[in-house]
Amino acid sequence: MAIFERLERGPLPVGEIARGLPVTRSAVSQHLKVLKDVGLVTSQRAANRQIYRIDADGVAGLRDYFDRFWQESLQSFKRAAEKSFKEKSR
Amino acid sequence: MSVVATVPSVRHTIIVEAPREHAFEVFTHGIDTWWFRDHSIGTEPLKEVVMEPREGGRVFERGLHGAECDWGRVLVWEPPSRLVVAWQIGGDWQFDPDLAHASEYEVRFIEEAPARTRVEFEHRHFERHGEASRDIRDSVDRGWPKLLAAYAGVAKTG
Repeated sequence: MAIFERLERGPLPVGEIARGLPVTRSAVSQHLKVLKDVGLVTSQRAANRQIYRIDADGVAGLRDYFDRFWQESLQSFKRAAEKSFKEKSR
Repeated sequence: MSVVATVPSVRHTIIVEAPREHAFEVFTHGIDTWWFRDHSIGTEPLKEVVMEPREGGRVFERGLHGAECDWGRVLVWEPPSRLVVAWQIGGDWQFDPDLAHASEYEVRFIEEAPARTRVEFEHRHFERHGEASRDIRDSVDRGWPKLLAAYAGVAKTG
């Protein structure tokens, strides 16, 4: 979570991301690799180092999908629960 | 402290005008009464959605001709207050039995009044779908395509 939150504030090199975190720099690199594999983070080489940034399309798309999916389904659940309760208490 | 990379959860809170026992019952036993019919991954047309009412219970769909297709598993069963279900549908819209690849959703039913329940919902750990997450995103349109159209229709007619 910490890594992701740092990147939400803007693109950073791995050293900056790791600063102040209670884990090694190589652990941070590993987490970044996972995030990259999943398509949540992208990296770019600049001035001889990798700069990491959030892949806005990936994160926003994934969350938006489930956000909408559940919003609609929960509204449907609400309607069903209230309707059946009304019928039951009649 | 965990620094494991995670994707922020999806959270929703809704108020249901019914007692929480009833709300829990409809969410679980009555899942078929509110699940959108187009939310289906089976090869046969969807006949019903089933959530087995116990920890370890299966969540699955049954097709018109009886074929069953798993979706997930009940991880926590605490009626009438709490439910956690593993979401085991991968990015290829197939069931993935490995729980390490599953995200999960938690539903809490909180009594606000004798016939009013606050339902707090959280779907978390999307990162566990791993490589598949990208596919889930990319296949939204191919997965459950009629859902949005159907919902838009319902919402319009009230």
